[in-house]
Amino acid sequence: MTTPAEAPLEAPDIPYVDPERFLGQRRRGRRNAWVASVSTVVVFAVLVVGITSTPGWSQVQETFFNWDAAVATWPVVIRAFVLNIKIFLVAEFFILILALLVALARGLQGPVFLPVRILATVYVDFFRGVPTILVILLLGFGVPALHLSGVTNSPLVWGTVALIVSYTAYVAEVYRAGIESVHPSQRAAARSLGLSSLQATRYVVLPQAIRRVIPPLLNDFIALQKETALVSLLGPVEVLRAAQIDAASNFNYTPYVVAALLFVAITLPLTRLTDWLQRRATSRRSAAGMP
Amino acid sequence: MSYLTVHDVHKAFEGVPVLRGVSLAVDLHEAVALVGASGSGKSTLLRCIDGLVGVDAGTIRIGGADGLDVTAHDIDLDEVRQQVGLVFQQYNLFPHMSVLQNITLAPRKVLGLSRAMAEGRARDLLARFGLADKADDYPDRLSGGQQQRVAIVRALALQPQLMLLDEVTSALDPQLVGEVLDVIKELKESGMTIVMATHEMTFAREVADRVCFLSGGVVVEEAEAHRFFDEPQDPRTREFLARVRAWA
Repeated sequence: MTTPAEAPLEAPDIPYVDPERFLGQRRRGRRNAWVASVSTVVVFAVLVVGITSTPGWSQVQETFFNWDAAVATWPVVIRAFVLNIKIFLVAEFFILILALLVALARGLQGPVFLPVRILATVYVDFFRGVPTILVILLLGFGVPALHLSGVTNSPLVWGTVALIVSYTAYVAEVYRAGIESVHPSQRAAARSLGLSSLQATRYVVLPQAIRRVIPPLLNDFIALQKETALVSLLGPVEVLRAAQIDAASNFNYTPYVVAALLFVAITLPLTRLTDWLQRRATSRRSAAGMP
Repeated sequence: MSYLTVHDVHKAFEGVPVLRGVSLAVDLHEAVALVGASGSGKSTLLRCIDGLVGVDAGTIRIGGADGLDVTAHDIDLDEVRQQVGLVFQQYNLFPHMSVLQNITLAPRKVLGLSRAMAEGRARDLLARFGLADKADDYPDRLSGGQQQRVAIVRALALQPQLMLLDEVTSALDPQLVGEVLDVIKELKESGMTIVMATHEMTFAREVADRVCFLSGGVVVEEAEAHRFFDEPQDPRTREFLARVRAWA
């Protein structure tokens, strides 16, 4: 586009714009912004007034949104929440690696690899079907009951292992979808250049596959961050259990609300990042003329 | 002995025969054009020569008498592919790599060249084909013609003895075809051995030493280029050329 400052005196290539239409668009834009602000204010005002004017509101406020209780519970809850973050980071690290190996195992070609393919497929089918909470209970209470020597009985360890086992199955499928979305001609081109099958996967297929599945991967991470609370079932004092203890001893549920806000606080950045990546991917594809 | 010998090659896909006994011999520094209708087996033959597709029967040898048997069971296909460059109709550049990375990947990972060495070679090749200023661009920034020229350079970076070109101009807008044909012409003049499947009859006549007409999975007619177009012998060849010329 030529800016008015650089435009020559005669600028015949500036497209003709109907002034009526142009002004109409501006008018509509201003009106839309006005309607959006008013409707937002009205809806939120109705919600706030509606909730606070219910007969039980003062009691609810006292037991769930008590500022003093929140301040009192904060040090305990935040310390316990650190454990959730640790569980999440350790689990995520292993999930990212193991899931990729499972996805690659499912894609192995050739008759020799049939047992590997079967194992990987059975694993994924089984653990995607079983609720995570059951895997946690089975591993957390089952493995220590075996009295294996040299194997830890720590519920924290087995709870984390259960999360890894369960989520690896989901994430493996995400990876596999990405790998299969790379057109076979890319692999053919790599092989025709003399790259081995492994090199073609490593340098040509995986970089493209992983880039495409980053948004769904982040989606699974967000789910995993929340599911760390399930480990509390086995006894470790993570944030949910800490809030529960606090709530039970003070007859006030504010610790639950604080714990909930902590989860939202750490998942929110990831959620926004996922949205942004997805939007960017969509606009890139449409710019390149792809569906 | 010829540089490339294809002997009685058969290939079927899921029971549908595509090649039914194709034989072909190509000498060093010779350019052979494969012509024929879509589905006549041109692409499949090229893929068999590169070992991307295994043959059902027959033999393919490259490199003369003490060369490689592509169809042997214990053949190291990676070794074959270092001597044979294949360029596809759809370019198949790697979209996540710059032009320079596309070209240097195989020399670095397959030949084990240092990065500096591989990039030096790549830049020389790019300059030779008028693409010096595109080294750091990504494929989606290039026109179809430029992408196809980069794909040819990528194959040349392994210093192959034989170039297989699979309808490399068929996906291009008409005004971009010329720049790619110029590159092939230059390759031929530099002494490269070429087997190319093509729909460009005028170009085949001008650049190829010999033309080979495939129909129904067999070589129907094979002749020196001018004779092929001026005095076609087989009635099927005449019919094919008549149909092609009706639109030329």
